[in-house]
Amino acid sequence: MVGERGWRKTGWVLLFLLPSLSGLAVFSLTPIVASLGLTLFDWDLLTPPRFIGLDNFAELFASDDFWAALGHTLYFITGYIPLVLVLALGLALILNQKLRGIMLYRAAFYLPVVSAWVAVALLWKWIFNPKFGLVNYLLGLIGIVGPGWLFDPNWAMPAIILTSVWKDIGFVMVMFLAGLQGIPADYYEAAAIDGADRWQSFWNITRPLLAPTTFFALIISLINSFQVFDQVWIMSGGGPAGATTVLVEQIVKNAFSYSRMGYASALSWVLFLLVFAATAVQMRLQQTWVAYE
Amino acid sequence: MSELRVSLTRSLAYALLTVAALFMVVPFVWMVSTSLKTDQFVLSMPPQFIPDPATFESYTRLAELFPIGRMVFNSLLAAVVTTLGQIVTCAMAAYAFSRMKFRGSNLLFLLYLATLMVPQQVTITPLFILLRYLGWINSYAGLIAPGVFSAFGTFLLRQFFLSLPRELEEAAFLDGASHWTVFTRVIVPLARPAFATLAVFAFMGSWNAFLWPLFVVRDPELMTLPVGLATLHGRYLTEWNLVMAGSVIAVVPMLIVYLFAQRYFVQGVVLSGIKG
Repeated sequence: MVGERGWRKTGWVLLFLLPSLSGLAVFSLTPIVASLGLTLFDWDLLTPPRFIGLDNFAELFASDDFWAALGHTLYFITGYIPLVLVLALGLALILNQKLRGIMLYRAAFYLPVVSAWVAVALLWKWIFNPKFGLVNYLLGLIGIVGPGWLFDPNWAMPAIILTSVWKDIGFVMVMFLAGLQGIPADYYEAAAIDGADRWQSFWNITRPLLAPTTFFALIISLINSFQVFDQVWIMSGGGPAGATTVLVEQIVKNAFSYSRMGYASALSWVLFLLVFAATAVQMRLQQTWVAYE
Repeated sequence: MSELRVSLTRSLAYALLTVAALFMVVPFVWMVSTSLKTDQFVLSMPPQFIPDPATFESYTRLAELFPIGRMVFNSLLAAVVTTLGQIVTCAMAAYAFSRMKFRGSNLLFLLYLATLMVPQQVTITPLFILLRYLGWINSYAGLIAPGVFSAFGTFLLRQFFLSLPRELEEAAFLDGASHWTVFTRVIVPLARPAFATLAVFAFMGSWNAFLWPLFVVRDPELMTLPVGLATLHGRYLTEWNLVMAGSVIAVVPMLIVYLFAQRYFVQGVVLSGIKG
């Protein structure tokens, strides 16, 4: 590189890095380190913090609330991930057929993505209203008596899953669409000349070449769904009768309703490790089904 | 035969897409429709799709009951400051990471990437405590400052800067230009599309943010729209016309931004897979 040497060079580097680095050090790095330290303390912010070693973790793993929250988070993930991936892929495959008006359709699918979660959650809470909501009205038209949805412990989580799929489908679809457009058209032409039908060219061309995108979409969705919160907080508050309590909601309740800073930090690190482990497992598994060129 | 098949598949594709698009759009129509209803028709069965009479009563009542105007201002202020702050701080750091050679630069960049892996929930408790010591709880500073710095934005811009050719700046350095001149005159003008991509995501992230604003702000005068909406819903539980009017106000500005900057949203998803 042309330019300065020694102290002058160091000065320039500092000048460019300082705003970002100091901000991240204060608002990101320090809290990350502090949070790990906090897990070892009992602290309600009013009395001085008390060192309790690993007691927070011991309490956590013995707590029914934690296991319930973990269970519901996994329930959410197993409902949400397959639905959002399959539906988004289906839409992307249809949209990728060089149809007219693709911009308009893409815009429609993307509307929920740019909308605030709070507004979307309120909207669907209203739509899922058992007595006056649209869903049960439409079900009534075909002779089905709809459930109580968010008021029914069995139906609250499905309602939250459906809402989340509706909100995120456009986002995942755009990822798939980008992946599909990266597959060279001559592959399909060559396959067609060789007499391959639609299904064969999907299975032998699209599926393997789209695998990196699918993997990426899976990882992003997985990370996001472990952190499910806004919709739960607004739509059900973790209820009814704790049927939708999830990990992040437990963190929020412990930190801000019960002022248990150490315990909330311990919960957040368990969440982080779970996300990390899930991502690592996927990374490992990808070697068996994703081949990069 | 084969032409018939092609046109049949086309029709089927359009039919499927249209049904799916209706699934996306109808709830928004329902949101607007509900917000235009009078109290007595909100809970009518069968539901009215086109409100009759249609009024803006919910909106005016919302403005009387609730500092909604102030909340719009707060959301806008937070989003604009966050966006500008991220562009400036991220662009400067990205320049250092892509255009300057210094000891430890790789290690430092890895540290940036590492912070990306940690979910927001991990930092939120100690961040709250930190801001409490600073006296920033319930203030604009506490609401906005933590969002101004972004490891992700730095990463995004660095990738873009790396793709810019070096010949231009080398000529400028030979003419005696400083790093600052090269940054502001050569790199920044070339990086406008990358800035636009970062800008739409920073704006959307801030405008739609819920978790952090929920923690840090208690005073309604300082609340952003999402937190205000949650509070509104808590207070007027069954007045769906009021709640939907608030939701319309929270959603519409973002939809406008989206319609004007569509391609940058798509680019951002492709580049990174981030979301707000």
